[in-house]
Amino acid sequence: MTRALGRMAAWRLAFTAPLLLVVTLGMFVLAKASPFDPVRQYLGDRAVTTSPEIARRIRANWGLDRPLAEQYLTWLGNLLRGDLGESRSMHRPVAELIGERLGWTLLAVGCATVVMLAGSLVLGALAAWRRGSWADRLISGTAYANEAAPVFWTALIVIWIFAVKLRWLPPGGLTDAASGTVAPADVLRHMILPVAVLAFSQSSWLVLFVRESLITTLREDFVIGARARGLRERTVVVRHALRSALLPFVTLLGARVPELVTGAILVETVFSWPGVASASVQAALAADFPLLAALTLLATLAVVAGNLLADTAYVIADPRVRVLGVS
Amino acid sequence: MATREELRSMPGGLTPARRRFPRGAAVTLALLCLAVVLVPAFARLDQQLVDLHSASLPPSLAHPFGTDEVGRDVLLRAVYGLRVSVLVGLAAAAVSVTIGTLAGLAAGAAGGTLDRLIMRVVDGFNSVPHLLFGIFIVALFTPSTTAVVVSVALTHWMTAARIVRSEVLTLRARPFVDAAIGGGSGRLRIVRRHFLPHLTPHITLAAVLMVPHAVWHETALSFLGLGLPPHLASLGNMINDGARSLLAGNWWASLFPGLFIFLPTLAISALAQYGRDRSSPRRRSELQL
Repeated sequence: MTRALGRMAAWRLAFTAPLLLVVTLGMFVLAKASPFDPVRQYLGDRAVTTSPEIARRIRANWGLDRPLAEQYLTWLGNLLRGDLGESRSMHRPVAELIGERLGWTLLAVGCATVVMLAGSLVLGALAAWRRGSWADRLISGTAYANEAAPVFWTALIVIWIFAVKLRWLPPGGLTDAASGTVAPADVLRHMILPVAVLAFSQSSWLVLFVRESLITTLREDFVIGARARGLRERTVVVRHALRSALLPFVTLLGARVPELVTGAILVETVFSWPGVASASVQAALAADFPLLAALTLLATLAVVAGNLLADTAYVIADPRVRVLGVS
Repeated sequence: MATREELRSMPGGLTPARRRFPRGAAVTLALLCLAVVLVPAFARLDQQLVDLHSASLPPSLAHPFGTDEVGRDVLLRAVYGLRVSVLVGLAAAAVSVTIGTLAGLAAGAAGGTLDRLIMRVVDGFNSVPHLLFGIFIVALFTPSTTAVVVSVALTHWMTAARIVRSEVLTLRARPFVDAAIGGGSGRLRIVRRHFLPHLTPHITLAAVLMVPHAVWHETALSFLGLGLPPHLASLGNMINDGARSLLAGNWWASLFPGLFIFLPTLAISALAQYGRDRSSPRRRSELQL
């Protein structure tokens, strides 16, 4: 098993390096095709009053007058050395910005994933077990409707109900506007709505998947065998059926990272959560190439890591993959 | 002996009865289509009509969806917005399926190195989260319909490429292709005369199923303020506008336009599921993976 795992990891890594190279090249080409002039953007309102000589000096300083290939290689070299450049809209080093915001995103996304997993397992199993009942209809119906609802719309409905009408929870931000410090209790209160919306929006496919998988497994011989031996219904459903129904589920989870990133971007923006995902929207609105490029690379890495996780789980969970190899 | 009904209600029992035709979904979709086609042609009202005296009015008989911050009728603008979103969605779906078909045909028909190369490119494009990649594309260009269509097309062509490639691979093994090669047909002729006609239904289906995705992508971009130019009444722009006055209790300006994305998407998925049930009744899965 270790050999198969090692071979697969090596295969993935061999694919990752060229992939990241191509992604950087693609981003660079797009940035160069862009009609926005970074110097004008940097100067902002001052662009009109700045003399052309100074604009030319800034240009030379940034290496914008060098040939394109040289510019690309310089940028890539800096990236490899860990120098991500300086954000043009927030006027701070990109690495510092990401370091500051990444934690908040990981906190929100991590909590949402845990809530989503726990909730989907319980609801999906309940729907499958009592199939055709009103509980099943309610759960499956909500899941289907949730698939069709854009997450930012769901988020706005939730804000309207819980923050505007009932006034139970704050509509956004990390802490109260008045507080100068970051108190855990305050953050927790602000976290409930975004985490709940992110978890809910990501959960529909999982609920349907657990339900479907469990329904198929409940028909299998070993479940009938367990029932015939007179085991309690709960033991049959939870210990026998659910366990085997969940096998493919680990692998699907790793493959869902792109959707998680998409959800995080929209949810963080609606709730003004100060994470990296909402920073990508701010960077995009300001056409801030260094920050946007770094965040896109980060997301790509997350997707590759998710895929690796999925494959690893698959190799561990399913012996057949080990025998047949993974290419 | 248990009756059929009892068997159905048992845990893990029989499959429920054959799905009935989703009438509600069909009616909703038909009504929305009619509204989108007819309202702009016959309406006497101007969707851009600004009337500050009737700004931010809650839903009433005169304005069923209320009015927005500058007094424009939300229902009328939502109909126009749906029209814009659907048009952009159709254009984007057409472009992305065209790119996908060309890539899939090239990969499937050429095989070998080119096939491997194209499929790695598909994997590569799939490795960057779609919305983020789409944001990246629109961010660096001035907001316009073209930028949005390009953004959707570049992030969504991979599905069509995969479908077309796998279809071409099965077609290649069919005897009539061997016969055509034996008859002296070149690669291009086989692609044009033998592959494309067989692929047309698959391509059409892929394009139709792409439209809701394209609309979703456009709406998300517009909602973030990165999509269509603000003067166009697109659903995403409307939700974005309305969200600003949500905290003041003005819920109708953002929540009603969302219904116009939610309802058609739900209706299309219900119809698609019915179609799948009819075409392959033995298929147990109710999931659309």
